[in-house]
Amino acid sequence: MSARLVVETLREPARCERYDAAQWNALIAAARAEQIIGTLACRLDGLSLPVAAKRILDDARALAEVGRTLALWEAEAARRALAPLGVPVLLLKGTAFVAAGLKAGVGRSIGDLDILVPRGALDSVQDALLAAGWEWVKPDPYDDAYYRQWMHELPPLIHRDRDRMIDVHHTILPLTARITPDADAIIADSEALQNGLRVPQPNDLLCHAAAHLFADGEMLGGVRNLWDIHCLLEELGTDGLEARARLHGLHHHVMRAVRLSHDLYGTDIPIDWRVRDPADALFKRRLLARDGWGRVRPKWIEHVFYLRGHWLRMPPAMLARHLWTKWRKGYHPVG
Amino acid sequence: MAGPQYLAEPARRIKSVRLGGITALFHRPSARTHLVGSPVPEILDALQETAMDANALLTFLQDRYEVADADPASLAARLAELEAAGLVRVA
Amino acid sequence: MRHSVSLKIGPVGFRIGSDWRVPIAALKDLYRDYPAPDDGIADFNVRLFAARFWRRFIRPSVMIGGDYIIPDAAPLPLEMGLLAAEMGMNLQMALGQRRYLLLHASAVVRDGKALLMSGVSGAGKSTLAALLMARGWRLMGDEFALIDPMSGLVYGFPRLISLKNAAIGLMRSTLPQGRFGPLMKATPKGNIRHLVPDAQAIAAMETPARPALILFPTFGHAPAERAVDEAEAFVRLTQASTNFVGLGQAGFDTLTRLVREVPARAIDYPDTESALRLVEDLWSATA
Repeated sequence: MSARLVVETLREPARCERYDAAQWNALIAAARAEQIIGTLACRLDGLSLPVAAKRILDDARALAEVGRTLALWEAEAARRALAPLGVPVLLLKGTAFVAAGLKAGVGRSIGDLDILVPRGALDSVQDALLAAGWEWVKPDPYDDAYYRQWMHELPPLIHRDRDRMIDVHHTILPLTARITPDADAIIADSEALQNGLRVPQPNDLLCHAAAHLFADGEMLGGVRNLWDIHCLLEELGTDGLEARARLHGLHHHVMRAVRLSHDLYGTDIPIDWRVRDPADALFKRRLLARDGWGRVRPKWIEHVFYLRGHWLRMPPAMLARHLWTKWRKGYHPVG
Repeated sequence: MAGPQYLAEPARRIKSVRLGGITALFHRPSARTHLVGSPVPEILDALQETAMDANALLTFLQDRYEVADADPASLAARLAELEAAGLVRVA
Repeated sequence: MRHSVSLKIGPVGFRIGSDWRVPIAALKDLYRDYPAPDDGIADFNVRLFAARFWRRFIRPSVMIGGDYIIPDAAPLPLEMGLLAAEMGMNLQMALGQRRYLLLHASAVVRDGKALLMSGVSGAGKSTLAALLMARGWRLMGDEFALIDPMSGLVYGFPRLISLKNAAIGLMRSTLPQGRFGPLMKATPKGNIRHLVPDAQAIAAMETPARPALILFPTFGHAPAERAVDEAEAFVRLTQASTNFVGLGQAGFDTLTRLVREVPARAIDYPDTESALRLVEDLWSATA
């Protein structure tokens, strides 16, 4: 299973100096599938690599750099649009890591901009974004009353000129009706960046990452989510994490995420957290389920995996000419 | 109504290349390219140090350059476009 | 992936895997003179797979996968497996190429200098490139031209030339000794047949060339030509590039340099003879 190869190489980069061509091909395919090739490239920087591998990884790093610029600009554009409202605007996920200069942001590919705002400010935030050039992705979001009532975010918005999506959350991902993270506490205890945008405090970044890891039952993107958690734990420590996780009703998930991070990436965690839970093995297996072609194996359900976070968009007409895909009905931006 | 006062992105953040009669601008913070013609380069120049609204900017440009069809409303519209592109911001 | 092949086209290495033997066998045959990827490590992976396992056998249809994909793409019948492989490789280049500025253009070389022909499908870039190859120009590629940000040189991507409909008969008679792939009928773009680039093109596939002339050809009008100024060339080439934005400032610098250093002209032509005349005349005059 080549996701295992990705994990092992991230954990112990020097191993790659013994890899043969087959292992490199498998590593690169799986790393791309897990959207972690930029991070991998940064981890392997400076090691003795075959020329072809070095070229590929250098390209991945350069791509991540441009992606970082585009992501930070999206955050800046949102900041400019929302500043007059005077409400706290928190960056989440990859953009937060990069904006805060965290290790979890190194080499990361970032797709959409995720922000968290107070629930009461949702309407004015929505109006400010629409006025500043963002548009609804789906044509009639107001028909979708369900979305507004039950989801933890606005229907998706995309900027009409820059063609990038923004997801506006008012709470972090609730996993079941019984788990209700304390969004007010996240906002109240957030930390300010120099430009006025905010990021969740360290334990909330961890809780969010853990909630996100288990939100998708197939654990697609799990290798990367778990690497984020590993980096956050290593850089920010574990003080107060358990208490914070209990506050959000996420103790079970956070502890599992921490154990998996220790198991896969060797994260240094307190001894009494290293318990054996039989279900961990199942999650681990799902996490590592990519083969030497980057395919998820075994396939429990039919799906076509795609690169989220791929920010390059081709004009649909041009793509059609390249690929003669006249049968396509609608073009979905990749990521 | 004068409208908002604008400041331009610092010149060091923009790479500017003349392509015939048009100027191509690469805005480093957004990694985006903009193709602009006069008077946009002149506007960006004028707004480097001093924030101005459309009226003040028009006066400034008229003093410096020969401006055809001096129209504050269309200048205000250009400034709004430049703001949307990220090349100027409300001061 | 039970069947696979690795090959290099220009500076780009591919690993192509397939649930079926036939497309891989076709690739191995037509690309037999091409080298393997450097160090055995491919830049991109392409997968030709059955959406459901029984689709390997019953009305087999080929889904195109790889490092970079677009979702919702419909599959092709197995008889067009070679086309699926080509589309898969195109997709990797269009979405994943980061080292070079990618232009949707054909490129040929004479006297060490490159002619780029940029235009929409149907403008005839592939056919013109093939005809110029038949006349002794070195073919760099019929679909993609790669511009190196460091040097400004053009690098080739000499994949199998994709000939459509009338161009097939034209090239069969122009190059009776040419190596052609199977005829694929009634594809979404009509009949398609591949032509293998000649020995000169393959031998020099990694040799770059200084760009000397950019043409924007349009088929179907009386012969005409006009100059294209830098700004217009820039705009047209950004539209012809899939990775201009992704390269950041390198993309901007590479393209502004290209249009400032290399003259560009638009040509209209009603038939290939006039096109070739226009090309040769303009080349003598400007390159």
